[in-house]
Amino acid sequence: MILDKSEVRKIAQLARLHISDADVDEIGHRIKEILTLVDQMQSVETKPVEPLYHPFDAVQKLRPDVVTERNNREELQKLAPKAEMGLYLVPKVLD
Amino acid sequence: MEWESIIGLEVHVSLSTKSKLFSGTASTFGAEPNTQANIFDLALPGTLPAFNENALQMAVFFGLAIGAKIGKRSIFDRKNYFYPDLPKGYQVTQLDFPTVGKGSLTISLEDGTEKVIGVTRAHIEENAGKSLHEEFTDQSGIDLNRAGEPLLEIVSEPEIKNAKEAVAYLKKLHSIVRYLDISDAIMAQGSMRCDVNVSIRKKGDNKLGTRTEIKNINSFRFVEKAINSEIIRQQEVIEDGGTIIQETRRYDANKDITSSMRSKEVANDYRYFPEPDLLPIVIDDSYISSIQSALPELPDAKQRRFISDYGLSKYDAGVLTATRELAEYFEQVAKKCGDAKSAANWVTGSLLALLNKDDIEIIKSPIDAERLASLIGRIKDNTISGKIAKNLFEIMATNFSSVDELIEKRGLKQVTDVGEIEKLITKVLNDNPNQVQQFADGKEQVLGFLIGQAMKASQGKANPEQVNELLKEKIKQKR
Amino acid sequence: MIEKTATELSRLLSSGSLSSVELTRAYLDRIAKANDNLNAYITICEESALEQAKKADERRAKGFRHPLLGIPLAHKDIFCTDGINTTCGSRMLENFIAPYNATVVEKFEDVGAVTLGKTNMDEFAMGSSNETSYFGPAKNPWNIKKVPGGSSGGSAAAIAADLCAIATGTDTGGSIRQPAAFCGVTGFKPSYGRVSRWGMIAFASSLDQAGPICKSAEDAAILTSVMAGLDNKDSTSVDKPVEAYSATLNKSLKGLKIGIPAQHFRDGLSSEVERSIKEALKVYEQMGARVTEINLAHNHLSVPAYYVIAPAEASANLSRYDGVRYGYRCENPVDLEDMYKRSRSEGFGAEVKRRIMVGTYALSAGYYDDYYQKAQKIRRLIKNDFDRAFEEVDVIIGPTSPNTAFDIGAKKDPVAMYLEDIYTIAVNLAGLPGISVPAGFSEGLPIGMHIIGKHFEEAKVLNVAHQFQQETEWHKQKPKFGLED
Repeated sequence: MILDKSEVRKIAQLARLHISDADVDEIGHRIKEILTLVDQMQSVETKPVEPLYHPFDAVQKLRPDVVTERNNREELQKLAPKAEMGLYLVPKVLD
Repeated sequence: MEWESIIGLEVHVSLSTKSKLFSGTASTFGAEPNTQANIFDLALPGTLPAFNENALQMAVFFGLAIGAKIGKRSIFDRKNYFYPDLPKGYQVTQLDFPTVGKGSLTISLEDGTEKVIGVTRAHIEENAGKSLHEEFTDQSGIDLNRAGEPLLEIVSEPEIKNAKEAVAYLKKLHSIVRYLDISDAIMAQGSMRCDVNVSIRKKGDNKLGTRTEIKNINSFRFVEKAINSEIIRQQEVIEDGGTIIQETRRYDANKDITSSMRSKEVANDYRYFPEPDLLPIVIDDSYISSIQSALPELPDAKQRRFISDYGLSKYDAGVLTATRELAEYFEQVAKKCGDAKSAANWVTGSLLALLNKDDIEIIKSPIDAERLASLIGRIKDNTISGKIAKNLFEIMATNFSSVDELIEKRGLKQVTDVGEIEKLITKVLNDNPNQVQQFADGKEQVLGFLIGQAMKASQGKANPEQVNELLKEKIKQKR
Repeated sequence: MIEKTATELSRLLSSGSLSSVELTRAYLDRIAKANDNLNAYITICEESALEQAKKADERRAKGFRHPLLGIPLAHKDIFCTDGINTTCGSRMLENFIAPYNATVVEKFEDVGAVTLGKTNMDEFAMGSSNETSYFGPAKNPWNIKKVPGGSSGGSAAAIAADLCAIATGTDTGGSIRQPAAFCGVTGFKPSYGRVSRWGMIAFASSLDQAGPICKSAEDAAILTSVMAGLDNKDSTSVDKPVEAYSATLNKSLKGLKIGIPAQHFRDGLSSEVERSIKEALKVYEQMGARVTEINLAHNHLSVPAYYVIAPAEASANLSRYDGVRYGYRCENPVDLEDMYKRSRSEGFGAEVKRRIMVGTYALSAGYYDDYYQKAQKIRRLIKNDFDRAFEEVDVIIGPTSPNTAFDIGAKKDPVAMYLEDIYTIAVNLAGLPGISVPAGFSEGLPIGMHIIGKHFEEAKVLNVAHQFQQETEWHKQKPKFGLED
């Protein structure tokens, strides 16, 4: 198991978490410990085993195509850190 | 050096369901910002998706229309990335088990031949919202009305050879989707969007070149121009000794160039995994056959029928079946007037010219099928001449009275009375002695001029065949 | 009277000798006295509780009857409550007021239960000790130097110290059962899909399940029958009729086949806990049950598999906390990236961030097969073990946790903490129902017994738990906490 600083930073970037230089080693160390625990899984051969994504076999239910929700923008935007003119505001999006 | 290009299209079509893919929020175009964004759409904590049955039906409908293999067990996955217009921080899509598998559609090429283009797959997924940059300085406004709308992403095989084929493919797709009535598919409004993958290679090479992706092109014309401009760019890069970088590009229609979208391309890692809040969608044969039975006649079949039933040319039949509405219009006209060929000529000619001039949809045509049919009927029963009919057609575009009323009020009825026509001709011959003399000298071309004068004198109402016949008779007598 | 079970209180209420307003006031008084020390509640709803109590008394006067009508209830602060803060134990949602009710909350309101407040929990339910709560840990009423367990520690502590009559919890890897064991109360996790997850803030979607924390299996039966049932808002909710759990509580256990997993009695298990569970099994044998050893061969892999699946699902579930539409946003972000990163880093605590990182890693390119998919394969093996065992036995019994409650601050190492859930996690992976009931004490701290049933055999599990409580007094023991004054 290799988990160097750059890898920790790469994961933090994917997860949009900020990690200070002071913390990067500690966090890397902790994650490594968890991954060591997790790696016990590699002790069993699972090639022919089907993954189980849900605890039991059930199939997706279908919802009738009916509009059930009403506009509730004013209430909902009270929850927002920043909203104006009906829009949620964020620092400029650059693509 | 001779190059060939290989093109693949990813087309996103907004499904015209009443509610969103996973919530009961309305999903109509053009609402005030965030008035169609409720608790699930905003990804409030604790909310869960509930799958819209109509989206599934529409996807299967499309799949059957392109002869695709329908996924009996399709699975939703989460595609993870952060973007302000993506409220959950993941998009629900179908990665390995799409609802629609391999299918194909046929396009007609300019030389009249046909080509089959493979469709790799079509999967159901959620749309994202919109970021608006203009209103604010340093900030963007997020509108989530679109977030969670159902999309069908249709992926073609890389079997398209050039820009013209790409547009033909796109138009065919548009036509099928409209025939099925599963989407408005209006590119300008974003209910149909297109990403294009382009690569080039030396003619004869087997290996595919590195491809670039041009994102979000919003008209058929720009698709064509963007592809052509990208092909030329790639050729120039390689011929100058450079290499093509796999990247996402955008098309600038003003400058007619494509440019790289991200200077620092960070490799995306979407961390797909099966969406645990949704279960596998399992459909059986009876579900599929019930949808199959609702399938309308599709453009290709309709075109074949128009050729065999109405004796139309392949070209005309193709034009008339481009949209379901146009085909329906044509068939109404043909049935009412009893002359399919005339109907086809009028619809493909004058009517489409009229509509195209002001970009009017066929269902909003100022001349409905009923009126066009009676116009044709009045030509056939010799009430009016073809030439008068052309003028009348123009009048009908702005005056909505019935054809017969217009003919009556404006006195457009054709003159077929022999005595009256003879009078006209006598006057024309007397007024144009020079031309009559020329005819007598053997210059037969002046006949046309004299006929024209006679028609003019009748204000176009005289029956041209009669004028022709009687004039010939009279002028011979004069000689 | 606040020490009574809901069943007992319900009798008093329907006899007219007690009103819901009086009862609610008694609990509010108790909360006022004890909560500062116990930190079991994050939010207390005094005013609305008294209003609901008044309404309950009025409904009773009009003839409405339900065993939970007027009974004071505490919700784990993971359930969205319309108009009341829902924090999920996180700074991220410190000021979040949901504009809607969780289905579970709605169902309790429908039958007239009175919401006293929202209980403390590990942040986003990620923890086994309540120490990851942004609002400080709840304390164990049996010894306030000890943890109450987690993540539903606030609910378990509140039940144990009589700060409410009944409570809700959620269980992703043991979060109802382990705190119930640590606090000496009854905690039941029904089968996955039995109780709607709508409005219950997601930790790991394929594992999360809501259930009751209360004072007896008899109460648990009533609560479960209220909470359970199909909900079309939750696609994973199951369309199976809800059984009358209370009706089958007294079925005889004669001939009941109990399976004892060898793997649940191995290293790490404290001898005191082992002794108590073995004593309990003797009680069952006296009732006519037969005990046989079973083999859950892959149980040791449940913790490793869980620490891939749960963080992976959580890493995506927690992406919505981005500071855009609700929740915490950092001060003066310089750009979009800065807003994301600082809002999330300042809004989430260390354990949550750790699990997001692990989950992100397990799903990232090149690792998916070795981690996420591998874990789901192991999950299949674990389920198969249970399926095989259940061909031979009716229920499986063992300890809920290898040890009794530990000291606050004692487990600094996350992995050591994770291993405390070695008996409970497999049950979530397989989606089975499991209950923890009090079964003894060690050095003044409660010991929990774990009873696992087949899929959707909630009735059987409750029956087996109730019969034990008919023969023993462990569930009636009360901590001395706060009783001195």
